[in-house]
Amino acid sequence: MSKHHVTTTLNGNAVEFLCDTQQTLLEVLRDELHHTGTKEGCGTGDCGACSVTVDGRLVCSCLVLGVEAQGKSIQTIEGMAQGTSLHPLQRKFLEHAALQCGVCTPGILIAARALLARNPDPSEEEVRFWLAGNLCRCTGYNKIIEAVLDAAHEMRGS
Amino acid sequence: MNEILYETPQTLESAVALLAGASGQARVLAGGTDLLIQMRAGRVMPGLLVDIKGIPEMTAIVAESGGFRFGAAATCMELIEHEAFAKEWPGVTDAVKLIGSIQVKGRATVGGNLCNASPAADSVPALIAAGAVARIVGPGGKREARVEDIPVGPGKTSLADGEIVISFYLPPRSARSGDAYLRFTPRTEMDIAVVGAGVNLTLDETGICNQARVSLGAVAERALLVPEAAAALIGTKVDDDALQRLAAAASAACRPIADKRGTREFRIEVAGVLARRAAGIALDRARRNS
Amino acid sequence: MDAKVIKQEGQTLKIVGTSPVRPDGTPKVTGLARYGADFALPGMLWGAILRSPHAHARIRAIDTSKARALPGVKAVITAEDFPEQKFEFVGPERVAVNFWHMTRNVMAREKVLYEGHAVAAVAATSKAIAEEALRLIEVDYEPLPHVIDVDAAMQPDAPLLFEDMITRGIDPPPGKPSNIAKRIEFNIGDLDAGFAAADEIVEMSFKTAPVHQGYIEPHACLARFDSNGQGELWSASQGHFVVRAFTARLLNMNIGDVLVHPAEIGGGFGGKTVIYVEPLAAALSRKSGHPVKIMMSREDVFKATGPTSGSSMTVRIGVKKDGTLVAADGVFKFQAGAFPGSPVMNATMCGFAPYDIPNVRSVGYDVVSNRPKSAAYRAPGSPISAFAVESVMDAVAARIGMDPLKFRLLNACKTGTPTVWGPKHAHDGYAETIKAVLAHPAYAAPLGKNQGRGVASGFWFNNGGESSATVHVNEDGTVVVATGSMDIGGSRASMAIMAAETLGIEYDDVRAIVADTASIGYTHVTGGSRVTFATGIAVVEACKKVIVELCARAAMIWKLEPGEVVWENGCAKPAGAAAGKFEPMPLKAVAAKRALTGGPIGAEASVNAGGAAPGFATELCDVEVDPETGSVKILRFVVAQDVGRAIHRSYVEGQLEGGVVQGIGWALNEAYIYDDAGHLLNAGFLDYRIPVASDLPMIETVLVEVPNPNHPYGVKGAGEVNIVPAMAAVANAINNAISRRLTDLPMSPPKVLAAIHSGRKG
Repeated sequence: MSKHHVTTTLNGNAVEFLCDTQQTLLEVLRDELHHTGTKEGCGTGDCGACSVTVDGRLVCSCLVLGVEAQGKSIQTIEGMAQGTSLHPLQRKFLEHAALQCGVCTPGILIAARALLARNPDPSEEEVRFWLAGNLCRCTGYNKIIEAVLDAAHEMRGS
Repeated sequence: MNEILYETPQTLESAVALLAGASGQARVLAGGTDLLIQMRAGRVMPGLLVDIKGIPEMTAIVAESGGFRFGAAATCMELIEHEAFAKEWPGVTDAVKLIGSIQVKGRATVGGNLCNASPAADSVPALIAAGAVARIVGPGGKREARVEDIPVGPGKTSLADGEIVISFYLPPRSARSGDAYLRFTPRTEMDIAVVGAGVNLTLDETGICNQARVSLGAVAERALLVPEAAAALIGTKVDDDALQRLAAAASAACRPIADKRGTREFRIEVAGVLARRAAGIALDRARRNS
Repeated sequence: MDAKVIKQEGQTLKIVGTSPVRPDGTPKVTGLARYGADFALPGMLWGAILRSPHAHARIRAIDTSKARALPGVKAVITAEDFPEQKFEFVGPERVAVNFWHMTRNVMAREKVLYEGHAVAAVAATSKAIAEEALRLIEVDYEPLPHVIDVDAAMQPDAPLLFEDMITRGIDPPPGKPSNIAKRIEFNIGDLDAGFAAADEIVEMSFKTAPVHQGYIEPHACLARFDSNGQGELWSASQGHFVVRAFTARLLNMNIGDVLVHPAEIGGGFGGKTVIYVEPLAAALSRKSGHPVKIMMSREDVFKATGPTSGSSMTVRIGVKKDGTLVAADGVFKFQAGAFPGSPVMNATMCGFAPYDIPNVRSVGYDVVSNRPKSAAYRAPGSPISAFAVESVMDAVAARIGMDPLKFRLLNACKTGTPTVWGPKHAHDGYAETIKAVLAHPAYAAPLGKNQGRGVASGFWFNNGGESSATVHVNEDGTVVVATGSMDIGGSRASMAIMAAETLGIEYDDVRAIVADTASIGYTHVTGGSRVTFATGIAVVEACKKVIVELCARAAMIWKLEPGEVVWENGCAKPAGAAAGKFEPMPLKAVAAKRALTGGPIGAEASVNAGGAAPGFATELCDVEVDPETGSVKILRFVVAQDVGRAIHRSYVEGQLEGGVVQGIGWALNEAYIYDDAGHLLNAGFLDYRIPVASDLPMIETVLVEVPNPNHPYGVKGAGEVNIVPAMAAVANAINNAISRRLTDLPMSPPKVLAAIHSGRKG
C-alpha cells in the first residue's frame, strides 16, 4: 500500500511526511510529526481541542486529511510563542488562571488568536460566540473570556 | 485493508471523469466535515476521494447577471466574510453562520451541506426560500436544478451517479425585499437544528407583500418549500393576522419524526413560531431595503 | 517534632489567598505538557478494543484466530487473559470495591452487560491494522432482554443482569434475586410523629437522566511490561497509586512491580478514579513484549466509562407554619449501571444534611441496569438528591409564604446538629453561605417579563485520607515540593503556596511536582475535594520537619542549643537567652552551609488526614424562559461556597465556576439517550450537549471563608459542593418564571414547553 508524500510548512518550517489517505491532519501532527500539543477530544469536530490554522484559516485538524496539507501552511500551538517569549494570549491565560486541566487550552489559544487577528476589539459576546466551538469542561469559561479580552486590550495598546 | 485513492482534479471535466471511472465507491471531498466523520465511524468506506477544492468554478464567489453565484465548495467562512453577498442575502448568510463552529465553517461548504442531505441542514431552507438554483455537472453534461428539488430524504439526493453540484445562483435582489433564517437548538451554538425556518419576501410600494417563499428544515424527510405558508403573507401587510396564519400553515406542513433532538409535537409547534419570527425579521429587512 | 519553632500565629498570611501563576502553566500553554495520549516509546504498538454491540447478551464463544493471523497483529486478549477475582466488597461501604466486578467491567466474561462493554483487545503495528483485526474477531452472542431505566429495572419481571444477586441491606434477605444490589436506610427521630406535627406537607417525585463527567481528554495510556515481570504505565488518571493497585490486582502482579507515571490529566471530575484501558494495555504489552498505547475515542468514553446515575426519587417534607422543619422522608433509587456501586449512599446521607430536622428517614436503592458502570462525578450522589430535596424545599417555602433563603437559614444546620448517619455536624459554614446570597445585590435585583429567580443549597462531605509529600531544600536555597496528588486544576500552585507560606520564602523559590509511584509515598486519588486539605497537610508537615532541621543547622552554625533557635519570616533567629546574639539567617544561608552541618536538608511526611470539614454552597440563578419554545436562558448565576480558606484564590474561584456550569448542563440539556435496543444515541459532543461559552453569563463567585481548624491554613475543600445545588437552583428559577415545577432532568425545551401548556403549577 503506497503512502502519500506530503510537503508542507509547519509553524514556518518546511516539513515532509508520509501518510495514508484516511489519516487526518491531527493524526499526522501527533503520530508522524510528534507535535502532540494539538489534542484529540472528540475526533468529530465538536470540541475544538484539535484547532489549528491552515493557510490562516481556523479549522479542526481532525476534519482535515493529512494529504490535504500539501503545499499549505499549518500553524499549531507549538508555534505560538516566539522563542522564549510567550504570545500575549498565552501569558494572559496564565495570569488569569484561565486553564485548569489545560487539555482544551492549546485549541482555545489557537482559536482566540484567529479571532484577534480578525477582530482586535471583540465584545464579551463576540468572544463567547467565536469560542463556542471550543469546549472547556473545567472552567465554566469565565476566566478564558476574561483572559482573551485582557490580551486583546494589551495587544491593542502595544 | 481498504486502500483509499485521493485525487485533486483541477477541472470539472477531470473530476467528472474520475468519478465516472472509479471502480469502487467514490466520494467528492469538499470540506469533509461530514464525510470524514462518516469514514471514521466506518459508515462510509470509499475507494476514491475526489478533492474538488482545486477547481476554480467550485470555489469562486462572483456577481452574475445582477445576482450572485458562489461555488459549492466555497467555505462557509468565505461566504460569511463576503460583505456584498451578506448585504444582499442576510438570511442565507445567517443560515450559513449557524453551520457548526468557526472551525467547522472554515472547512464546511454549502454544497456539502446540501449534498449530505440532512433534513436539518441549516443553509438549505434559506437557499430554498431565496429561490437558489444549483448548477450541476455529470457524465451527461451540465444542468440546473432548484435547490428544493435536490434533497429527497435523509442522506439521499436527486443527483445521478457521478454528478457534482458546481455552484449556486441567487437571483437579483429586488427592492423592498428581505430574507431571514432562524433555527431552534437547545444550545446557542454547536447544535443541529431541531427546527429551521427560512423566509424570503418582497413588498410593493404600498407595503403589501407581493412575493414570498417559506421553507422549513428538520420537520420532514427533507427541507420543505411551503407555498401555503407563503400564501398567508402574499397580499397582506405582513401584520399579526398574516403572521399567525403563516405560523399555522407552517405547522400544518410539518411531518416530523420524534428523535433524540426533539419530539414531533415540539417540532410542529416551534416550526410555526420560527416561521413567524423569521418573517418578522425578513419584513424589517425588506422595509429597510427600499 | 516541635512545631512551636514556627512563629506565625497572628501574622498576616503573605501568599495564601493570592493568585500566582501556576508552576506547570507554561508547558500547558505551549503544548509541551504531556497528557495521557502524548507518550510514545520505540517499538510501540497500537491497542484497540472490541466492544459489545448489544446492551445485554451471553457470550457463547470468541474466536480470535483470524485476528491473530493478520500480519502486524502482535497480541490479542480476552477475559481469559485475566485471573478470576474473589467476590468480596473491599473498603468502606460508601466507596467499596469488588474486584470480581471490576475485572468483568474492564473485560466482559460470561456476559456483556452494556453496549460498548469490552470483549477483546488487540495490539498491532498500526492503528489501521489494529482496527482491521477487531473486525476479524468473531463473537458468538446470545442476545438477552435488557433494561435501562431504574424504575423498570426494579420491577419483579425485569431482565436480570446477575441471576443470583440477592439484595444486600435487607434483613432477612429476600428469597428471590433482583437487580436491586443494595438497600440503605438512615433514620432519626420518629417519622410518623414528625409528619403528624406538621402544618404543611409537600411531597413530589423526580427523575434525573444519567449524565457524564464530560472531561475533554479521552482515557489514554501507554504500557511497557517486561519479560522480567515488571512494568511501567504512563496514564492520565486522578490517582496513579490507585491505577497501580487496581492494575496490579487485575493482572495478579505485586504492586511493587508496577510503576505508574502520572501523565497530565485532561479533566476527570471523578471519572478517572477507576481504570479501563490500563489493564488492557498492560496485558497486551505483557503478551506481545512491546510497549502498547491505547486511546479511547469519544464514543468509547460515553459508552464505556463511568457516567453518574440516573435516578427516580420521592421526597416529602413537613413543616410548621412558622417555618420550622419537623419531618423529612426521601426515597432515592439510583442506576448503578452494569455493576453495583452507584453513589446512592452519598445521596441518602447528603440530601437532608444541610438542615436541622428532628425526624428523618432516608432510603436508597442501588440498582443495576444495562448501562456502563457508574463512576464518581463531582460530589457523587449529592447533586441528585439535592435536586429533589431543594425543589421540595422551594415548594415548602412557597406554601408557607416564606422567603426561600430565610426559610433555609431558619433551619440551617450548624455545629452540633445531628446527621442521619449518626455523628453531629462539627463545623459551621452553611448559614454563612445563605447570608452571603441574601446580602448579594443579585438577590434584590429586579426581574423582567418571563424571567424567574431560584435559590438552592447543597452539602458535601469533603474528604481527607492518605497523602504523602516530600520537601527538599536545594543547594541554592530554593525548594522542591513533591506530592503524590495528580494536579487536575492547579494543585501544584496551591502546594507551592502552602510550602512558601510555611517556610517563609518566596512563591517562586518553591517548585511543586507530582512524583511517580516509586518516588513518593502512597497518595489517594485527587477527588473528594481532598488534595488541598490532606496533601496540603502532608506538605505543611514536611515543611515543619524541614524547619526543625533548618533551626538545628543554624544552631550548629551559631553553636547554640537547638532550642535556642526559632524560625521566623523565612529565617533562623536566635531566641530565648540567645535572642539578638546573631543576625537572622535566611534559608538560603542555611542551605549554603548544609554540607558542613550534616548534608542535604529535606523531609517527607505521610499522613492519613482526619478532620476534613464539609463544604456548603448556596446558589442563586436567574433565568428567562421563551414561552413559545421552552428555551431557558441563564441570565445570572451566583455561587456562595464555604471553602474554609482559599489557598490559590483564582483556582478556587475556577472550581466554583466550573462546577456551576456542569450543573447548568445537567439541569438543561445533558442526558444519555437510548433507543429501544439499549443503544446510546448520543455518544458524542454534538448531541450530548455540554454548555458552550455562548450559553453562559459570567458566573459570580462569593468565597465564604469559615476556616477549618483541622488544617494549618483552614482549608475545607473547594472542588465539589458547587455542583450540588445547581440543578435545583435552575429548576426553582424556571418555576418562578413560568409557575410550573419541572421534576424531570434535563429540563430541555420540549419538556419546558409541555409544562407551559399543562395546567401543572409549582
